Amino acid sequence: MDQAIIIEKGIFIVAIFAITMLFAMYETLAERKIAAWLQDRIGPNRAGPGGILQPLADGLKLFSKEEFFPATQNRFLFICGPAISMITALMTSAVIPWGSSLNIMGRDVVLQATDINIGILYVFGVLSIGVYGIMIGGWASNNKFSLMGAMRAASQMISYEVAMGLSIIALTMMTQSLSLSDIAAGQHGWRWNVLYQPVGFLIFLVCSFAETNRTPFDLAECEAELIGGYHTEYSSMKMGFYLFAEYASMFISSTVLAVLYFGAYNYPGMDWVKDNAGANIASILGIGVLFIKICFFIFFYMWIRWTVPRFRYDQLMKLGWKMLIPLAIANIVVTGILILFFDNNLHL
Amino acid sequence: MSIQNISLSGKKIEVSNKKMTFLESLYLVAIAKGLVITIKHLFTRKVTIKYPEETRELSPVYRGQHMLMRDDEGRERCTACGLCALSCPAEAITMKAEERKPEEKHLYREEKYASIYEINMLRCIFCGLCEEACPKQAIYLTKSRVMVKSNTDREEFIYGKEKLVMPLDMAIRNTQMQTAN
Repeated sequence: MDQAIIIEKGIFIVAIFAITMLFAMYETLAERKIAAWLQDRIGPNRAGPGGILQPLADGLKLFSKEEFFPATQNRFLFICGPAISMITALMTSAVIPWGSSLNIMGRDVVLQATDINIGILYVFGVLSIGVYGIMIGGWASNNKFSLMGAMRAASQMISYEVAMGLSIIALTMMTQSLSLSDIAAGQHGWRWNVLYQPVGFLIFLVCSFAETNRTPFDLAECEAELIGGYHTEYSSMKMGFYLFAEYASMFISSTVLAVLYFGAYNYPGMDWVKDNAGANIASILGIGVLFIKICFFIFFYMWIRWTVPRFRYDQLMKLGWKMLIPLAIANIVVTGILILFFDNNLHL
Repeated sequence: MSIQNISLSGKKIEVSNKKMTFLESLYLVAIAKGLVITIKHLFTRKVTIKYPEETRELSPVYRGQHMLMRDDEGRERCTACGLCALSCPAEAITMKAEERKPEEKHLYREEKYASIYEINMLRCIFCGLCEEACPKQAIYLTKSRVMVKSNTDREEFIYGKEKLVMPLDMAIRNTQMQTAN
């Protein structure tokens, strides 16, 4: 029995890793395609039918680039930077519930790598380590622009983590649990958290844009001011790792958004499907629904990128500290009052 | 009216620095409006021309590479008067005249012909003034889509008579078509 669970989890972890990588790969193509479409262009369409092989060509190009090291004192940290970024981008997926359990050959297979009861805190912990990837990389580059980019990224991520955490507090007050699988299961059918926590969702959304360093908060790599930001000195696949980590964390943060607020694998009419077509079909359909939601959020990230211009640094700080944090605190207070008012029956 | 506000072109608009209202300072309404604009562009017709497969439609006044014409008996029309070279604003045309010998009567229409006729394709601007200047209707700018081939050697861009004169079989075909009509 124990051996079986190791094999089961092993296969699951490899599958999740592969899916994350695949998503990150094709996000690079999707980004270019969507950018093109939003600008009335066609986008890359030469490598393979419709440009489907473009990510491979990009990867190959990065691999064949010169491996450059700046005159830095600490090569180890220089290599550490992209590695930490990549690791933290991938680690979060461990606690994501990808679906309700599947019944395969008489065994209940839980579609979650590990169900720890402080799942949200784990996600936040890993997210805050992500700052180190950028900070160490920028510092070890021994370059003013890299350091300035890294400083901006670090201060931005730390500021927005506060508001993000506060928006989650309101959510956990409702769900009474920090475990992601409980939160996912609690949003059965149509009872998605976004309907009960619209303000919290908005704050979380804005903060996840800041956490993933995406436009309009991509000050870290503000080309006009900082050349390339923290990855100015990086080349070849180390550069590729930074870019790849950004796309991987975009996938993960879309997943977290979908799980926390958009009902994870739940969809209206899931009970009907379960009664008529069996639990496995309902569960597989749920996985599909989750991935549709994830794809929507990824598209939303790109949509925003080609709509909203970059914030100025002081605007960014003002938005984070003077608007989002008070709003998040107000959200907590209002949520608390409402829970008290409805006698703890708001969501149970 | 102060000097800063005078607009000679009539296009200068005074910048208003009015304070944003609370709703505006949230940016949410503006962002939502922007998102609607960008999503509309997702469904508009794309302007890109996929070049090797599709080509841009030529303008009716398109001017391609030059050709030195032959008359209906296949003789070269050019008499090396030099008017094309004179009219050429880019000074791309050079020629050397020679007198026609009696046994060359079937080759050249006039008593004088161009033994050397060269156009430097690096200088030519395809303005078509040579075509306008020619009294013998000898030089034309064709509608050919064939571009001047790129090269690393400058000498290769000087096109001589072997590249410019109309091929004989084309002249024969033209004459056949004319007689058929």
